[in-house]
Order: sequence, then C-alpha cells, then structure tokens
Amino acid sequence: MLATLAQGERNIGELAAPHAMSFNAASKHVRVLEQAGLVRRRIEGRSHVLRLEPQAMAAAERWLDQQRSAWEQNFDRLADYLAETDPDAPGNESP
Amino acid sequence: MRTDTPTPASFGNFTISRLLQASPARVFAAWATQEGKQRWFKALSGEWEQIERRFDFRIGGQERLAGKWKNGMVTDFTATYHDIVPNERVIYAYDLLVDGKKISVSLATVEIRAEGNATRMTVTEQGAFLDGYEDKGSRERGTTAQMDALAASLED
Repeated sequence: MLATLAQGERNIGELAAPHAMSFNAASKHVRVLEQAGLVRRRIEGRSHVLRLEPQAMAAAERWLDQQRSAWEQNFDRLADYLAETDPDAPGNESP
Repeated sequence: MRTDTPTPASFGNFTISRLLQASPARVFAAWATQEGKQRWFKALSGEWEQIERRFDFRIGGQERLAGKWKNGMVTDFTATYHDIVPNERVIYAYDLLVDGKKISVSLATVEIRAEGNATRMTVTEQGAFLDGYEDKGSRERGTTAQMDALAASLED
C-alpha cells in the first residue's frame, strides 16, 4: 500500500484494488498508517485521498536545508566581501 | 491567477544570525548598495546564469533577481522594501517563484546591531509556503504535506 502511495495520491478504493482487499479492510489499514504518521488524508467530497508522508518529510527537510544553506552561503560571501573591503585591514586601500 | 482549487498555505519562520567583523555601517551598506549586495546575494557562479537583476533600495522600492540554474530550473526573487532604518534594520517582503510557479511569499527582517567591535546580523524569515508544485501530474507530489512538515520543522 505504501509502495502504491509512493507513486502518487490514491483514494481508498484504488489502494484496496491491487491487494484484493475490501474497502473496509483498506480503510482500516489506512487508519493505522495515518495514526503512525506515514500517510496523510485529504477529504474531497465523498472521496478520501491519501498521500505518503515520509517522502514528504524528507522533501520538506531538503527544502528547509536548501533555504538555510542559501542564506548561510550568502552570509559567507558577505563576510568575505566585508573582509576584502575592510578599510582598516592591511593591504586594503582606504576609500 | 489559478483556476484550480489551491491546497491551503502553510506557515513557518526561522531566524539565522551571524557575527560579522565589520561596523554596522559597512554591514548595512552591503544590503543598501547595488555594488555591495551583488557581491554576496547571488547563487554560486558557474551553477547559475543571471536573467535579470533590478535594485531599488528605498521604502516601496523593488528588487528582482532572476536566474537560470544549470539543470534548467529558473528561480525568480522579487522583493519590496517596507522598512529601512540606516545601519539598523531592513524589512522586505518577497515572492519566490520556481519555473514560473509561486512557491512562497515571505517577510524578511534584517537586524543589525553592534556587538563589541563586530556586528551581529540577524535575518528572520516568516513565510507562507504555497502549493506551487501541486498541479496534478507534476513531478512533485505531496507538496502540501511537505509544506506542513516544513512549517513544523521551521517552528523547532
């Protein structure tokens, strides 16, 4: 079921089909996965759409890392720039 | 404007801080002047090609930095300055687009304070993270959950 969800969003019926499960059994299974924080549910009209959480967590962490590391790299370049243009540093011209 | 139903925005904020060996006036100038800012506010050279850089540092003024990465991805940063206190503070709001899709709208507050002979610079970013990757069939699925998780991790 998680492997199926790794391919994209599915509703409960679509999750049940490849496993020859009843809708109720699939629904119960999904609830367990949901409680474990492995999947996330979105309700669209009468359909419950499921998506995988662990992948999402990893992607969110990547995104956050990228955002932070972009700032850190900018700060590194800023520190270098300030050192290069330091009027008091030996070798640097006074403005 | 989007015509499909957007998934909800998520929210997050984070702060990063650095002690810089320079006076507050020099740190401020690195934000306030085009020649200063273009020296450090950019992507790694060689990995990124500039498409456009505009810089109008005054309250209400706009800055834009758009570029294309080696892998073809286009990022586009457009900011509006909301508050400027020389040598102390800069506040701007910015949109971030990736491949033409808006992925976040953020408020960034830059605080500059003397600390001994150095200067403490703190950037706080408060963002609404959108579902720009969420179009059906796109290569990135589950962005809402990603953004929820991002918001959660940002609150740590």
